[in-house]
Amino acid sequence: MKYPLTLKVNGETYRLEVKPHRSLLEVLRDELDLTGTNDGCRTGNCGACTVLLDGAPIPSCLMLALDAEGHEITTIEALSAGGELHPLQRAFVQRGAIQCGYCTPGMILSAYALLRENPHPTEAEVRRALVGNLCRCTGYVKIIEAVLAAAEEMASAEVGSR
Amino acid sequence: MRTFSIIGKRIPKPDAIPKATGQIIYGHDVKVPRMLYGKILRSPLPHARILHIDTSRAERLPGVKAVITAKDLPPRRFGYGRDRTPLKGDKVRRCGDEVAAVAAIDEDIAEEALELIRVEYDPLPAVFDPQAALQPGAPLIHEDRQSNLFRHQEYVHGEPDRALEEADVIVEDEFDLGYVQPAPLETSFCLAAFDASGKLTIWSTTQIPFLLQKDLSEALGIPGRDIRVIQTAIGGSFGRGLDMYSFEPICVWLARKAGRPVRLAFTRQEEFAVSEARQSMRIWARAGAMRDGRLWVRDAKVLLDNGAYVSWGTVTTLVLMETIGSLYRVPHARVVYDSVYTNNPITGAVRGFGNPQGTFVVEVQMDRLAEAIGMDPLEFRLRNANRPFEETPQGIKITTCGLTECLEEAARRIGWSEKRAAPARHGVIARGVGIAATMNVGGGARIYRSDGCGCIVKVDDFGRVTVLTGATEIGQGSDVVVVQIVAEELGIRPEEITIVNDDTAVTPWDVGVHASRTTFIAGNAALRAARQVKAQILETAEELLGASAAELELRDGYVRIRETPEQRIPFDKVVRARHFRQGGQVIIGHGWYDPHNEMLGPDGKGNISATYGFGAQAVEVEVDVETGKVRPLRVVSAHDVGRAINPMYVEGQIEGGTVMGLGYALSEHLQVHEGRVLNLTPFDYRMPTIMDAPPIETVIIETDDPEGPFGAKGVGEMGTNPTAAAVANAIYNAIGVRINSLPITPEKVLRALRERSS
Ligand code: FES
Ligand code: FES
Repeated sequence: MKYPLTLKVNGETYRLEVKPHRSLLEVLRDELDLTGTNDGCRTGNCGACTVLLDGAPIPSCLMLALDAEGHEITTIEALSAGGELHPLQRAFVQRGAIQCGYCTPGMILSAYALLRENPHPTEAEVRRALVGNLCRCTGYVKIIEAVLAAAEEMASAEVGSR
Repeated sequence: MRTFSIIGKRIPKPDAIPKATGQIIYGHDVKVPRMLYGKILRSPLPHARILHIDTSRAERLPGVKAVITAKDLPPRRFGYGRDRTPLKGDKVRRCGDEVAAVAAIDEDIAEEALELIRVEYDPLPAVFDPQAALQPGAPLIHEDRQSNLFRHQEYVHGEPDRALEEADVIVEDEFDLGYVQPAPLETSFCLAAFDASGKLTIWSTTQIPFLLQKDLSEALGIPGRDIRVIQTAIGGSFGRGLDMYSFEPICVWLARKAGRPVRLAFTRQEEFAVSEARQSMRIWARAGAMRDGRLWVRDAKVLLDNGAYVSWGTVTTLVLMETIGSLYRVPHARVVYDSVYTNNPITGAVRGFGNPQGTFVVEVQMDRLAEAIGMDPLEFRLRNANRPFEETPQGIKITTCGLTECLEEAARRIGWSEKRAAPARHGVIARGVGIAATMNVGGGARIYRSDGCGCIVKVDDFGRVTVLTGATEIGQGSDVVVVQIVAEELGIRPEEITIVNDDTAVTPWDVGVHASRTTFIAGNAALRAARQVKAQILETAEELLGASAAELELRDGYVRIRETPEQRIPFDKVVRARHFRQGGQVIIGHGWYDPHNEMLGPDGKGNISATYGFGAQAVEVEVDVETGKVRPLRVVSAHDVGRAINPMYVEGQIEGGTVMGLGYALSEHLQVHEGRVLNLTPFDYRMPTIMDAPPIETVIIETDDPEGPFGAKGVGEMGTNPTAAAVANAIYNAIGVRINSLPITPEKVLRALRERSS
């Protein structure tokens, strides 16, 4: 038995029919082909599936797709939608914060949410914001560097545009 | 001094942007038309006879397209020990053994079908303790073998018995090293499809694409030439992909039976429960030294628990033997090991491959010996450190060796002398520092008969260079290393290179990514291929510029005369000049590199690698004596990498390796009770989070290896090897107790403190 679902993802509205037990992660990946959201555990433990729900990072594997109706979902694909990398993406690329990359979309989205709330985070605040995102490859060192560098870059761009 | 334009630069990996934007395609993302979903039914029992399997209800479930059991498969065995079939027909030997498999139109139906399969088991007595498994009368795991002993081996150099009597001091310990999982973030995956002519394509997360052709062929009887392996982007591997597992031939057979492509992906729970863990080992070790500071002897007995089947992982003992026999100068050494079958989880290759275990033993005992002779542990290490261009009694021919520099640098930067002199104590918090070194193969490792890798470099009319390499990219950055080497040699920008590294039908042969070999081996192959292309370009440019090849150089996208660089022609123009002419020729270079290393003899001796990497880690920890919690505060990791082709990813390997080592030291532990894995989520397994990772300072020591491509040596595993020992030594420095069992949990710390005070 499938139920109708209206899902708003990255500013677009999709009308779907989904089984009630489908997670948001599965629907994003399987129905909408938004495969930038990765599947690492399906138990809310790894953060590879992180998306933004009304701007706040959540593990999409733990949310039923039907419960996402009425909310705005943002996935990694939205960040470079204009064809240009977001400063966070650029910093991750340029500072070696990406190895296998499986954690990267989730990391970037968690960091994106952090910088919106707190444009000048300390290292400790970056760590706290990314605690739900596991990375098995990098040892986190370059990820922290990248987030701090992106924060700085975004802050100076802000000043410049004023 | 040579100057480089591309080597040594912090250039992002070619796949970094697609990974940052979510465009990269991992195995889990691949879909093909008419694809089915495969699932495996696994044994709930550690040891049991299979009496009967009834799949009839599963077969009748609408949406199910294939159900297979051992009866459907050719009766062929595979694996390092030739001890398993993909599906088990007569008996199961571990929890999670594969009993049946289904393919259905979606995952829900596949799961439902599994529930409809009835298996009748007759439980057998099981054995979970490797020592008990060796006793007469122990349940036999493989009935066609005389006993549960898979292999016994002894390694000796010098005269260890005499040396143990001669030594001024002897220390003796028992070590208990638990299971850990490679646990990459992407779970195991494969997708198999046959074309109309019966040829198989498999999309895989393997580390050994070319050997997988052979392994699959062995397990299923499909000719290797009919198997094409395509590697998807791989979400981490760390040794997991070094062996073929049962799920791969199972997936292939489902696809054959269903006549449709089948995808099979592990759940995270499956990944923890059934994929191969680092061997748990029990090690009894003695070491002796002379009062003047000479390390004199090492003697170790190792019991390795393979679990129910052996994999290439059982070869880890060779690496361990090398660490015990050759890390530091030791005139007398002996290692005796038994590798044993039990009904425990299967084990395999995990980053470090026996070296983390061996290094733990060696480096904890180095500290103990130093203490016994009243010498500073750093000084004791420096005194006995390996030196450049010496051969160890094991036959290891060390060439470049920066071990002394690594030890000195790591110690200096952690503040060794001040901090050792007065370990800080504030209330219940005690601080301490510890150090440990590592030696790792850095120029390949001849585990197989070949240690080779191939490379092809071709150039199109517009100067775009395509590099086809056998090397497998698992996130570590082999792609960028190969690109930088080719770009340097051809004097072009890395952006002008396309790298293809994912298809056995296209790329030249390679034995796979393991043993930290890729930079050295694939790098040398790429350099050879690029040199051929360069020679062809120069030959054509000679005519165009009227100068001899010796007078020309490739720089910044031009061929130019070295002395008069304004006389130059664009690279792509030379290419076209060679193509578009009567009697023209295609520009293409190929390289093959197989180092002059040796397979170890039956006595465990030989020069297994063309060069060796060295490193040292110093760690400062904080121990809460009330809770037993250990917090690493800072790590300094200094490594002799020959030359860093790309320092950013060298650091990345070391930082990531170090945090994996910290997990091994302090938190990660696959808990196994009566053969069953109990912790099945990253949280319960205690994989390090960003909160657990301390600041890590990486120091790169360059020694310019004569055999390495532009002087480079391998680095991939070195960060993981010494960490646990450095942490254990730091804990001792902080609170004066030794914990020889990994991971060092708060419970163990508290117990040790209690025992000491009672
Ligand atoms: S897949 Fe959702 S947290 Fe791991
Ligand atoms: S880069 Fe591989 S998990 Fe983070």
